[in-house]
Amino acid sequence: MLSKSQARTFFLGGTVVTFLVFIGLTVYSFMPSNDQTHHEKIDAQVIRGKEIWESNNCMGCHTIMGEGGYYAPELTKVVERRGEGYIKAVLQSPIPWGPKGRKMVKYEMNDADTEAMIAYFKWIGQLDLNGFDRVVSPLAQDEEEVTE
Amino acid sequence: MKYKSQKVAYWFFALCMLLFALQIIYGFIMGFARIGMDGLHDWIPFNTARAVHTNLLVVWLLTGFMGAAYYIIPEEAQRELMSVKLAYVQLISLAIVGVAAIVGFHFNIWEGRKFLEIPRELDFLVVINVLLFLGIILTTLWKAERRTTTALVLTMGLVFAALLYLPGMIWFDSQVTDSFFRWWVVHLWVEGVWELIMGGILSYLLIKLTGVDREVIEKWLYVIVGLTFLSGLLGTGHHYYYIGVNKIWLIVGGVFSALEPLAFLAMALFAVNMYRKGEKSHPNKIALFWTIGASIVSFVGAGLLGFAHTLPQTNIFTHGTLVTAMHGHYAFWGAYAMIVLAIISYALPNMTGRKRYNTTQGHMAFWLSNVGMLGMTVAFGVAGVAQVYLERKQKLDFMDVQNEVAVHFVVLLLCASLFTTGIVMFIIEFIKYGRPTDEALEKEI
Repeated sequence: MLSKSQARTFFLGGTVVTFLVFIGLTVYSFMPSNDQTHHEKIDAQVIRGKEIWESNNCMGCHTIMGEGGYYAPELTKVVERRGEGYIKAVLQSPIPWGPKGRKMVKYEMNDADTEAMIAYFKWIGQLDLNGFDRVVSPLAQDEEEVTE
Repeated sequence: MKYKSQKVAYWFFALCMLLFALQIIYGFIMGFARIGMDGLHDWIPFNTARAVHTNLLVVWLLTGFMGAAYYIIPEEAQRELMSVKLAYVQLISLAIVGVAAIVGFHFNIWEGRKFLEIPRELDFLVVINVLLFLGIILTTLWKAERRTTTALVLTMGLVFAALLYLPGMIWFDSQVTDSFFRWWVVHLWVEGVWELIMGGILSYLLIKLTGVDREVIEKWLYVIVGLTFLSGLLGTGHHYYYIGVNKIWLIVGGVFSALEPLAFLAMALFAVNMYRKGEKSHPNKIALFWTIGASIVSFVGAGLLGFAHTLPQTNIFTHGTLVTAMHGHYAFWGAYAMIVLAIISYALPNMTGRKRYNTTQGHMAFWLSNVGMLGMTVAFGVAGVAQVYLERKQKLDFMDVQNEVAVHFVVLLLCASLFTTGIVMFIIEFIKYGRPTDEALEKEI
């Protein structure tokens, strides 16, 4: 029968081993050779786009890479799906954008911020998401198939 | 209640009740918005309501954990808390930081990172507050002559929870890196160190309520928290499948997150077996209901419903849909909300000296809230599965699908009303108990 000290050893030993493996895998994931994000393409505009994304809590309604509020559309590959003109119209709209009955916050963004958001979305659109982008963005997938 | 300083826990529990009530109000705002009734949009848009709803959840649960620690540690350490005054300072500062964050969300002051919306400036105040809390707990334990496994596991959970808050405070230029380390906080909290806290509280309650030997209970506590870390640490990988990091996480995350239900299964079996084994018939049946209920519902909500969409082959379709909301609601309710309500139900009669052990209202609070939450979970689940099929398989437009599943949110709101009735009854019971008193000292059963 298991003793208390054996149970303690199981807890401490298991925790230490899995923690070390977890750290090892984290380091492995961020090695430049394993980059799936085109990290070198993150420029000042993409960073500004991320700042705007966070400071307005866009994730509170939308999802990006499948993470967010499930209240508004997924924005991975949104540039490919909707085009820059549509995104510009939404972000600069003087009234709350409300397609099909669900309202968005009115942002009335200036041109510079809108361009930064588009740059951010374009960078997101180039990520290798292990196949998720094809499930979540059927229109983008169709486009690729037509091009091929 | 054996020690005067345990009374401070009451005020933490009172703050819990207040924040929980507010959380539910914001939940209703979101629910109504989903069926098109968004009249508050200009003042409280959905992203504000959501940030308030989720952050209040985190804050009231942490407040409950802290209250639990202030109640449990003196008894386990067999001495008074190091400083009651500092504990009150910590409570007031926690409330101020929480209120400041919630008010800020209404004025577009936030970080915009799911679950971690509190602005970085306030993060530093959170750190100071938690350091003060840990200082009180650790010095109390340091000076104690007795250090039990229950107290150590609970404290270890609280210390790790504080440490894991730090990666969430770092700025990253890359959205992918940001998400990666955000999960270090969120996942390793709820599927890691918070389970230690839950295990510690559960162990304490089972010792008190069942009368089973401490050595037996604490031995199994080690096994459970061992299983938690063994599966939960590498199980973080299920958040890394589709966010732009290496494919190795598809395998590692898939295997280890599939093992995560084991810890919850062990916890449920452990609680039920200890209850059966126990020879003590404790009169506080309501606390027993919440305690055993927490262990079973956490297995269903966190274990089974988590497993239902944790494999990469399934998750590629369910990731970013209402299926996650289904799992999230029942998991948080079972694992953490119910265990906080369990320790409150156990501690209240001991702190106030009023033996309202088996009131009809107390039992109704348990059943109505549980049936209501189960109904909400089913409504989220049906909406989520319909969303997956229509959006991910039939390729319908997001908003067309949302309009199709809106009817399930009507059901959700009805079930939420039932849930709220139960919680209101719990809060009324809390108020009826009155304030803690020194006359309750040494009257504990």
